[in-house]
Amino acid sequence: MAKVLVVTSGKGGVGKTTSTAALGAALAQAGRSVVVVDFDVGLRNLDLVMGAERRVVFDLINVIQGDARLPQALIRDKRVETLHLLPASQTRDKDALTGEGVGRVISELKEKFDWVICDSPAGIEKGAMLAMHHADIAVVVTNPEISSVRDSDRIIGMLDAKTARAEKGERVEKHLLLTRYNPARALRGEMLKVEDVLEILSIPLLGIVPESEAVLAASNVGAPVVLHAPESAPARAYLDAAKRLQGQTLPVSVPEERRGLMSKLFGRRVA
Amino acid sequence: MSTTSRPRPFVRVRGRSFIALVLVPEPPLEEWLGGLDAQMQRSPAYFAGKPVVADLTALAAVPQLVAGLMEALASRGIRLVGIEGIEPNAIDVELPPLLSGGRTVADGIAASAPEAPPPPPEPASLLLDQPVRSGQSVVFPRGDVTVVGSVGSGAEVVAGGSIHIYGTLRGRAVAGMSGNAQARIFCRRLEAELLAIDGLYRTADDIEPHLRGKPAQAWLSGDSMIVAGLD
Repeated sequence: MAKVLVVTSGKGGVGKTTSTAALGAALAQAGRSVVVVDFDVGLRNLDLVMGAERRVVFDLINVIQGDARLPQALIRDKRVETLHLLPASQTRDKDALTGEGVGRVISELKEKFDWVICDSPAGIEKGAMLAMHHADIAVVVTNPEISSVRDSDRIIGMLDAKTARAEKGERVEKHLLLTRYNPARALRGEMLKVEDVLEILSIPLLGIVPESEAVLAASNVGAPVVLHAPESAPARAYLDAAKRLQGQTLPVSVPEERRGLMSKLFGRRVA
Repeated sequence: MSTTSRPRPFVRVRGRSFIALVLVPEPPLEEWLGGLDAQMQRSPAYFAGKPVVADLTALAAVPQLVAGLMEALASRGIRLVGIEGIEPNAIDVELPPLLSGGRTVADGIAASAPEAPPPPPEPASLLLDQPVRSGQSVVFPRGDVTVVGSVGSGAEVVAGGSIHIYGTLRGRAVAGMSGNAQARIFCRRLEAELLAIDGLYRTADDIEPHLRGKPAQAWLSGDSMIVAGLD
């Protein structure tokens, strides 16, 4: 049974696209067939992070408007065979997305793939609403600072009120992915504590991704961090997060100051 | 000047009655809107500057029509100050506030709507068993609101009666909105942006710092608001 996952946050620049690429690659490496869909029409980035920008011919808008068939627009990843990208259009804007068209594309993707991962644009407007509308599962990407946390709180409220599942009286399964976690700053008390973020948002924790040069290096060469530097701390955090998405129960570790050493276990999950 | 240490005056927000025009849309909406258009053509300024309320009783069975109706009214320049006659969907932020307790004054518009049957007695309290998230507004003029969960920063709970938050209150709580000075606000952890009872309010800056993060309640004593710990 295919699962539709939206990676969302409200706030921009918190790591949605990086997380989409990393989780998609991790799930594909585990043998599942995966498509990552860029909903950021007009400001597409996922093709760059996936290293597929030179291979884009048709895009999501072409498929929605019937100018191309879905298989023509899908780009197969060169590194992981079961990973695919459906790029956004850079020349259009979010008004080119229609509810009916997005619904048609998502249901067609659900027939082909195990995981359909939608990379939401920032904001709470049409693009973000349509990206989350068909989701079964939401990964809410949050940085440990108050503006990001409040925006995430707003997005969680919309996941509970505005999605197709909410309209049917069902719940979207929600997970918190804490990104750009900086152990040195956490130690100095310059960031919100993990417990505080969990208390405010009260959704289960999927993982904590430390701020790292490895993430920047990976996106500069156009590769998901789990493929470019699989031993790095952020890659391991994403790989564990992908395992949790598939139903495994693993303790979440809080990254610590000394690089690579994750000794302090943080096993708490919030209902 | 000898008055530099005087406490800041509290700003009082008072209640006042206005007569609102009530529209009673009924399905099929196209037909009803056609009739409305015809009447607006005869007297184009009829709705100008007047508060308008939509009685959605006839649409309660077909809630999917409501969004379209809101757009259709907005496109005709009719701005709703409130709705009545449907179950309050506390989470939906798109609709104007639900009103209750309205009394018929006179025929608003020439075409009189059929009198609705008296509604069954409505519950006088609202219970929410999930958090009120940032950006959400829960408005319940009929009575108390209880939230089993937290009220996020940038969220608000507005009640005709008292407000009970079994979690952290980070947003706004407005109790006794329709003139109930007996209303109180209770929360398990006080981090509120604003507390208001019967028009008197206090912002976070005016709440004693030692109460932050503590279980607390707020009530009115004459013309001042008391905020005190619950322990």
